[in-house]
Amino acid sequence: MTSLRTRVAISSGRMAGAVSRLTGRGQGATISGRVMNAIAPNLLRDSAQSQKVVIVSSTNGKTTTTRLLVDALVESDFPIITNATGANLASGIAPVLAGAKQSGLAILEVDERVVSKVIDPLNPVLLVLGNLSRDQLDRYGEVHAVSAAWRKLFIANPSLAVIANSSDPNIVWAASPGTVTWVALGRSWREDANTCPSCGRLLEWTNDSYDCPIDNGGCGFTQPEAVAHLNFSEDENESATLLIQEKSHELRLALPGKWNLANAALAVVAANSFGVTPKRAIALMATVTNVAGRNMKLPLGDGRNAQVLLAKNPAGWTEVLQYLSPRSTQVVVAVNARVADGKDTSWLYDVPYQLLRGHSVAAAGERCLDVAVRLNAEDLNPIIDSDPIAAARRLKGDDITIVASYTQFSALYDKYRKSKP
Amino acid sequence: MNARESTLRIGLVYPEILGTYGDRGNALIIAQRAQRRGIAAEIIEIDAREPISSGLDFYLLGGGEDDSQHIAARSLQESRSALIEAHNTGAVIVAVCAGFQLLGHSYEAADGSLLEGIGLIDMITRAGANRSIGEVVIEAEPSPNWGTAGPPSLITGFENHGGRTQLGQGVVPLGQVKVGTGNGNGSDGVLGERLLGTYLHGPVLARNPELADRVLSWVVGPLDEIDDSLERSLHDECLSRGSAQGVKRWWQNRMLARG
Repeated sequence: MTSLRTRVAISSGRMAGAVSRLTGRGQGATISGRVMNAIAPNLLRDSAQSQKVVIVSSTNGKTTTTRLLVDALVESDFPIITNATGANLASGIAPVLAGAKQSGLAILEVDERVVSKVIDPLNPVLLVLGNLSRDQLDRYGEVHAVSAAWRKLFIANPSLAVIANSSDPNIVWAASPGTVTWVALGRSWREDANTCPSCGRLLEWTNDSYDCPIDNGGCGFTQPEAVAHLNFSEDENESATLLIQEKSHELRLALPGKWNLANAALAVVAANSFGVTPKRAIALMATVTNVAGRNMKLPLGDGRNAQVLLAKNPAGWTEVLQYLSPRSTQVVVAVNARVADGKDTSWLYDVPYQLLRGHSVAAAGERCLDVAVRLNAEDLNPIIDSDPIAAARRLKGDDITIVASYTQFSALYDKYRKSKP
Repeated sequence: MNARESTLRIGLVYPEILGTYGDRGNALIIAQRAQRRGIAAEIIEIDAREPISSGLDFYLLGGGEDDSQHIAARSLQESRSALIEAHNTGAVIVAVCAGFQLLGHSYEAADGSLLEGIGLIDMITRAGANRSIGEVVIEAEPSPNWGTAGPPSLITGFENHGGRTQLGQGVVPLGQVKVGTGNGNGSDGVLGERLLGTYLHGPVLARNPELADRVLSWVVGPLDEIDDSLERSLHDECLSRGSAQGVKRWWQNRMLARG
């Protein structure tokens, strides 16, 4: 039985959301939740009670992993709700839960800094944790602080089930006090994992595994044995093999890049814990072509389309550039520095833009000058235009990729949706 | 003319731990501005497990997380004499944020623990009550250390730190803070002979082409003009953003003061 307060909170929240959508200010999910929380502070707890909650969190890949997991579970017996619009703060999750008509599974992506705040009210049956790396340092602080906050959570709730990436030392440090199923996803970005999260010494990395050796004065922190391993094939952007308890599964997606294969591997293991076979889960995920605009084909208005990818931080950019580097595509680098992007653009120098040598490039976005100076430092001599679509039009050829920071990407996704009849 | 036989050797000190805030860009910018003048340059990354060799032309230190700063402090102790000898015999040091703090006598963390610096500069740093995050504008201090070109124009950067740095008697700061916090007492950083310390990221040499050239000329002498209009327009854009933020902060403080 929902209380009057809850009903008022939900309808007020929905109204706020509708106003937000009608006035074009946003998609309404965040403001609606905020209004709801103000009226009914227990709403999150009450509305989560009828759901089995799964929390997906990560610096990069949480929206896609959530979507792939939802798709893998569509044939299960549970009705599924999810925050597909990417509103991943407490105020964004509340309307999704409150809107549920029946009990079932709630697959929720949660911002990594919000996880600790919602664990208690949501009482999840499972956490799915991907990776942690530097992101918006001006707003969120340093990586080890996030890892330490998560760890506290599992120390307080050691029976909490978690599927987590054993290739990321910060994830391992965070999750190991919980009840963990480890998945080894491999890792191309390790600049935030050079020191041992346990004792602070320098970690020893060999190939894809790490160790803080005791005979070297370290604490013994090491990569845990995983039940599932992701191995990339020769053309590592196209497919991979997922080894789950010595059984091998070929993973091939419509979504591009190694990072999406890693997202999918995590989702396959998570779906498996709900009884979906890896084979079926992979088949269901393989048809996903566009997740909340990631990988959309945006019309440039001159008969050409651009592939649009989101990259928010050095780890994400590194993955995307490694994917683009061997391809014959021209690339627009579109960067803003609003609150949601991080206001400090220094991170541009942590990104290996030299991987774009040999491609025609353009610097775009509100911070196109910062981008241009950065690209120039690699002798890339970019076209400069603050409008990413105008910049893309000035590039030659039929294969154009726009890689965009968060608010640049959101604006392009809005354009994309308006371009669809 | 910049006749120079040998390749400039730019040492990036402990990039794996003092590289959280993009400060490796300073090395790239120095190398590029040298190369654009026909001077060969190479960047040498110095691993925190290895001793620092004293044969390089530049030593660049950047910002890092707390754990990393501890390791950097320990490693720097072991290479202290090599670094100081290199500086005394002509090498340039550019140090940002955590790296800048480690040039002083000590850094006192919020929990009271004391980190020993290399004591190259007479200064100490304590963790402040809160973090200073945002755009910074600095007016460079007049000093003979700038050389014949004189001080560069206004310096822009982005700060993100909790440190409050006190310079010793007679130690010259990089400049006076117009917008932002810097050292925490009206000035930012330190300026010495062939030595520059600051809290500014950006990276600071990418945003400030004149400053980058001053630093480069400390090793190679007077520099040829280059067309760096792109870098200069970024500098101007950053300055106007910085002053806009300064006006906003000034207004907020005024409203707060009024209650």
